[in-house]
Amino acid sequence: MKQHGLWIVFLAWLSTAAVAEFSGNVALEAFLFTEDAQFEKQFNDNLTVSFQPKWSGEWNDGDDSWSTELFLRADSEDDGRNHADIRELMWLHLDGDNEWRVGLNTMFWGVTESQHLVDVVNQIDQVEGIDGEDKLGQPMLHLKRYEDWGVVDFLVLPGFRERTFQSVEGRPRLPLLVDGDAATYQSSDEDSHVDYAIRYSHTIDDFDFGITWFKGTNREPEFNTALDSNGQPILIPHYAQMTQLGLDAQLIDEDWTWKLEVIHRDTNNIDFEALTGGFEYTFYGIYESDIDLGTLVEYSHDNRPEGSRGVFDRDIFVGARLAFNDVQSTDLLAGFVVDTEKQSRSFRLEGNRRIGDSWKATIEAQVFSNVDESDPLIAFEDDDYLLLEMAKYF
Amino acid sequence: MLKLKFVLLFSTLALNLPSVLLAQTAEEKGLEVATAARVYDRGFSDFTADMVMTLKNKNGETSTRNIRIKTLEVEGDGDRSLSIFDEPRDVKGTAMLTYSHGLKPDDQWLYLPALKKVKRINSRNKSGPFMGSTFAFEDLGSQEVEKYTYSLKGEEACGEWQCYVIERIPAYKHSGYTRQVAWIDKEGYRIVKAEYYDRKKALLKTMEGSDFQQFLGHYWRPGTMEMINHQNGKSTLLEWKNYEFKTGLSDRDFRSQALKRLK
Repeated sequence: MKQHGLWIVFLAWLSTAAVAEFSGNVALEAFLFTEDAQFEKQFNDNLTVSFQPKWSGEWNDGDDSWSTELFLRADSEDDGRNHADIRELMWLHLDGDNEWRVGLNTMFWGVTESQHLVDVVNQIDQVEGIDGEDKLGQPMLHLKRYEDWGVVDFLVLPGFRERTFQSVEGRPRLPLLVDGDAATYQSSDEDSHVDYAIRYSHTIDDFDFGITWFKGTNREPEFNTALDSNGQPILIPHYAQMTQLGLDAQLIDEDWTWKLEVIHRDTNNIDFEALTGGFEYTFYGIYESDIDLGTLVEYSHDNRPEGSRGVFDRDIFVGARLAFNDVQSTDLLAGFVVDTEKQSRSFRLEGNRRIGDSWKATIEAQVFSNVDESDPLIAFEDDDYLLLEMAKYF
Repeated sequence: MLKLKFVLLFSTLALNLPSVLLAQTAEEKGLEVATAARVYDRGFSDFTADMVMTLKNKNGETSTRNIRIKTLEVEGDGDRSLSIFDEPRDVKGTAMLTYSHGLKPDDQWLYLPALKKVKRINSRNKSGPFMGSTFAFEDLGSQEVEKYTYSLKGEEACGEWQCYVIERIPAYKHSGYTRQVAWIDKEGYRIVKAEYYDRKKALLKTMEGSDFQQFLGHYWRPGTMEMINHQNGKSTLLEWKNYEFKTGLSDRDFRSQALKRLK
């Protein structure tokens, strides 16, 4: 009864205090693999449905607003992808040159295409994609302050979100299963450690840059091997503490856009630097059409010792972006990554096209080739896939 | 003192010269009209409006875009403007911020709601189509005087008004046009019609403005603008609704990082 009362109050508030806007999408996704699975129990084809509704509203002439965004996926094969998340559930208050945000939120820092080194506030929703662009909502108290000399963001991050991992049926996945529930932490506060972040960013003519500092639980786990109850080897994620200093910068000069991200990360085990930098050069209106062709080149370097590096350690990314500028907003991004030391290659293609007024078709393909035994990508060697998605927006 | 004498002498001489030598050139007259039109339009402070774009291809199939526009007048520089997309639904929440300048390239940012990312974008692509329509980015941008060189071609009746016929040649880089011809009414500086000539100097597009409304007893704005592309048979009808002037917008509403909080 008490619960009902609360719901009624909540709904009444929704309908009166704030003009609610509703939008979102429902999507049907088909995963098709070209080769048989590398590991037992992994699926070969898969059909899934996702639902992403958003609500928002405002009061006090827009000085106060609330917004929420949910994400749900039902997966026919992979239990690890059957999940729901609150990407956003936030109250925003505007007070002159200050913006206050309280609640769950997702944010994006950085400029490069091939990987996102600086972007460390949100945990990755890894079962949604290996590119790190799907993220879990992070509890935060966030103050954004505008000054003549730039913008400063102060974040207090109570509570930690664990990374999502594929189940035994999941594909692509690591060779050993990850038992996320058994995760260990360096801090005795475990997943309730309070993290902090500060970002200073500024625009000077055609130059934009940001400097970030983060202290708290590393979102990227290390893995320890263990045996499960059946005596099978499994991976247990370990979340260490880290301090990270990051820089992201972008310069626009005519047809060129130069991009750079650099980090210094300090953990108990290791201090290291990593960078991703490159450019995008665009040919506008190629062959007297409306089509723009962007060419992208980025190099990534990671100075950790061999064996403990990330996937992008000595890698070159070369890509092409086609924007058709047509009624259906058709676009295509194709790129490949080559490891300059191990010669492993992976190719990726992403395309989008609107169908009618409210549908969107997406195609995504990934091919791994010539993967070296010592490359972390070896786990995905047989996981070349084609993904087709049809989404209805409302 | 000596200088003043010179001026006086010069003026006296000038007054006695035959009027044909005194007459302004077509270029000077064109610039004068363009400057007067700009001066007439200054002082609006800010405005908001809703824009409905109907794109039509040569088979008559249509597609609609709904965009909210907010514009802030900036002293001594181009205007700042925000476009917030409501439809098509897959781009709902996308917002574009432009700080327009005279000959210098505009500053432009795009907010991508799917990634929650504010991206500084290259504004070099002035001649590209806006949202797949027959309007190019440069057709919808802030019209600073220094963006063109002008020439007055004549005066003629344009519907119910008398119009100046002005030829303007883009002075900024990367325009898709070699020239434009605009019919601007002499009373309220309404752009009644404009023709756009492509890089091969052929007629590419014609824009016609209609249903003009006056705001704050001074500023004229078109209720509809139709842009027809003569070369591919496509057209776009742009309907402006819910114009509001002096709404109290400020610099704070036009910050790139504030794009995230637009709904």
